[in-house]
Amino acid sequence: MEMPRPNPDIIARKAELVSRMLEVLPADAVISDPSETRAYECDALTAYKCPPLAAILPSSTQQVSDALRICHAMGVPVVPRGSGTSLAGGALPTADSVILGVARLNDVLDTDYDNRFIKVQTGRTNLSVTGAVEEHGFFYAPDPSSQLACAIAGNIAMNSGGAHCLKYGVTTNNLMGVTMVLMDGTIMELGGAHLDAPGYDLLGLICGSEGQLGVVTEATLRILHKPEGARPVLMGFDSNEVAGQCVSDIIKAGVLPVAIEFMDRPCIRACEAFAKAGYPDCEALLIVEVEGSDAEIDEQLETIMAIARTHNPVELRQSTSAEESARIWLGRKSAFGAMGQINDYMCLDGTIPVSQLPFVLKRIGEMSKEFGLDVANVFHAGDGNMHPLILFDANKPGDLELCEAFGAEILKLCVEVGGCLTGEHGVGIEKRDLMVDQYAPQDLEMQMAVKDVFDPKWLLNPAKVFPLQSSESHRIAAE
Amino acid sequence: MTILTPESEADLAAIVASADTPFHVQGGGTRPIGGPTNGTPLSTAGLSGIELYEPGSLTLVVRAGTPVAEVEAALAAENQRLAFEPMDHRGLLGTKGEPTIGGVIGANVSGPRRIQAGAARDFLLGVRFVDGSGQVIRNGGRVMKNVTGYDLVKLLAGSYGTLGILTEVALKVLPDTVTTATLSILGLDDVSAVAALSRALGSPFEVTGAVHLPQAQGAARTLIRIEGSEASVAYRAAELQKLLAGFGEVLFDHDTAANRALWQDLRDVTVFHDRPGDVWRLSVKPSDAPGIVASVPGAEALYDWGGGLIWLLVPQGTAPAVIRQPVDDAGGHATLIRGNRNAGVFHPLPAPVAALQDGLRLKFDPNGLFNPGLMGQTA
Ligand SMILES: Cc1cc2nc3c(=O)[nH]c(=O)nc-3n(C[C@H](O)[C@H](O)[C@H](O)COP(=O)(O)OP(=O)(O)OC[C@H]3O[C@@H](n4cnc5c(N)ncnc54)[C@H](O)[C@@H]3O)c2cc1C
Repeated sequence: MEMPRPNPDIIARKAELVSRMLEVLPADAVISDPSETRAYECDALTAYKCPPLAAILPSSTQQVSDALRICHAMGVPVVPRGSGTSLAGGALPTADSVILGVARLNDVLDTDYDNRFIKVQTGRTNLSVTGAVEEHGFFYAPDPSSQLACAIAGNIAMNSGGAHCLKYGVTTNNLMGVTMVLMDGTIMELGGAHLDAPGYDLLGLICGSEGQLGVVTEATLRILHKPEGARPVLMGFDSNEVAGQCVSDIIKAGVLPVAIEFMDRPCIRACEAFAKAGYPDCEALLIVEVEGSDAEIDEQLETIMAIARTHNPVELRQSTSAEESARIWLGRKSAFGAMGQINDYMCLDGTIPVSQLPFVLKRIGEMSKEFGLDVANVFHAGDGNMHPLILFDANKPGDLELCEAFGAEILKLCVEVGGCLTGEHGVGIEKRDLMVDQYAPQDLEMQMAVKDVFDPKWLLNPAKVFPLQSSESHRIAAE
Repeated sequence: MTILTPESEADLAAIVASADTPFHVQGGGTRPIGGPTNGTPLSTAGLSGIELYEPGSLTLVVRAGTPVAEVEAALAAENQRLAFEPMDHRGLLGTKGEPTIGGVIGANVSGPRRIQAGAARDFLLGVRFVDGSGQVIRNGGRVMKNVTGYDLVKLLAGSYGTLGILTEVALKVLPDTVTTATLSILGLDDVSAVAALSRALGSPFEVTGAVHLPQAQGAARTLIRIEGSEASVAYRAAELQKLLAGFGEVLFDHDTAANRALWQDLRDVTVFHDRPGDVWRLSVKPSDAPGIVASVPGAEALYDWGGGLIWLLVPQGTAPAVIRQPVDDAGGHATLIRGNRNAGVFHPLPAPVAALQDGLRLKFDPNGLFNPGLMGQTA
């Protein structure tokens, strides 16, 4: 993966940069020793690594502003970082950049149950946001599988989703306000405890902007009361096509499950070995979950199971206990981990129209044979967000490259059938060069024009999202 | 004045590319919100029709000038709907014409269900628009999850035609529900009413509407909508009756047809139709709402979104500061919906936010062709 050539002038001014950082940050918040900066050399896309020039860990919005002002003045690129769980290389540094980590910004600032929001600093992890309101029966809805580790900062930057977003939406639908610092140090508030901020929807714009428009330090998030109960049902089918048709029929019938998750045979096997959830051994498995009181759940599942029966399932089984439900979800949520135990893999994240599911799965199967690499499929079927896992051997020369080429073909296929390159993981460096397959040059220019407005010098996470050739003129103009 | 009505996206792009004087961009012209603008009228009414509707994928792709009524009829035929429940502004603003889906998106129009389901912008999956240089730009797509590049989709929603002229929008739609019921409590003061609505909205019983009509509109009524299957609605109604018992007697009405009509009236703020005076729309933190209303002399209110949205009827010509000051003090924003549009319609933005907004507008519409004066402080 190509990255811009690090600027030697900046690297030469490291000592000056560090001493100026120490003027505005406590000593233990400035990390410059190469043995320590290594901890920030990559995110969860571990195939690409590069230690930053320095890392800083501010503990207030004002410190973020002070530090950015200095980097801005010195022309030093800044890569914001939450917990470093990005799968797209969003938090990958360059050798001439400063990592700005928000890990120390992890306080709860306000919880308001009457008005149904929580205000937190963005270094707080996703799960601990729910943790802060759980006692009162509330939760924060977006639930990425990485929720134990990932920070709200990264969730906002990537507009992360989760298994339950079919009903509750993704981050952008649950974000009410932010405090954000621009690259030049300007601090601003967007939105708040009220809905639909005035003027242009800048909150919507910065959500999913991958740390390129501003550093988000605080967030006001919508919280909801937990449902009374939830229950999954497992459905096994003997072909992907039939499972896909069943998904479409469930949606058409007017019941809206909170989640419809899909796994194919290779994934079912790995997850079953890992979590012992009692998954059937079949071609395609759906986990459909509905919420409500017991009686409401019964009523919805009756409709859903009647639909499933018309597709001759090889297995159709409701969870009968909280413990069984937990195991069913453990299997799904540990899919990546389970696959990781048996193989190296690359996780893709394209979205397709639900109606194209059978066709796309068939094509992926054919391509798998052409490339000679196995694929396991697990995804959010209700909204068409696919996670094909391509299995490869990192120790075998050329296998990673082959895997990347295969992955690119799958993502192009997603675009061809009317979908997109990434449903929740973001573009980062990983899908940067494929952007031209989804967007025409003028579409990309318009997006880059937005960055010109927020960050005229192109210092914030500049090498991400846009193909380097496309962004080059903007980056050079900014110098 | 003649109205330009291009029949295709390409025609529209050509008109914009060769223009040197501004346009007043409109859909059906039923929502004259924002400062007055004096360009050549340009209507999207010629860009009409549903391009794709897949009920099994909950997706609708439609040209921007398509009448809302046509969209709603197509969805109703499949028992689906626009869950954000866009209001019809004609009664409140005394306008005529055919509301278009592009106008709904341009003004980010959402009704009572916004509190539970989300706003228009939350259901917008993709856009095509013509920018101020006459280029056709695409962003987002037709799929429900998409984080590929910047979300210009959200930016265009609620930009009132000032960044680009929408030609096509892709929307997520949702299933319609069988039963619509309303719980009501009579005679509550505003503070107790908002507290009752907060209690209901903070429950697991999926309230999809939370309105308070104060004393001034006859007897005060606090209204809670629940939707779903008949059995589920009956169950949740009973639970909410228990939960809210401390606020007074909670009446239950499950006449679906009557309730749909009731909530349409609430959505369209029918209580203020044909009443003299200016109408403001305030977005605030719900618990701040009663205090803000009380601080505006001669104001009558309809509280929606559990108090988070206030429709305020005030004597004609009431100085904007009278409304904006308490909103600023509490946090929130106020928009003049009906009244003297020269007086400043949109809420003033803090300087750094205004600077970003002006910067964006200059990038999207470098020559200031789209609705000059309608939005923003300087343009
Ligand atoms: C096992 C596993 C499972 C996952 N499952 C899911 C899933 O189900 N759904 C999903 O959506 N994602 C998932 N992810 C991806 C990842 O967890 C998300 O993208 C997450 O939101 C990243 O959060 P983070 O705090 O780790 O961000 P980081 O990786 O640190 O950074 C991500 C991006 O955010 C930017 N950023 C960080 N902090 C800030 C800030 N303060 N201001 C502005 N920009 C900032 C960074 O520059 C970078 O571009 C998974 C990852 C793993 C490893």
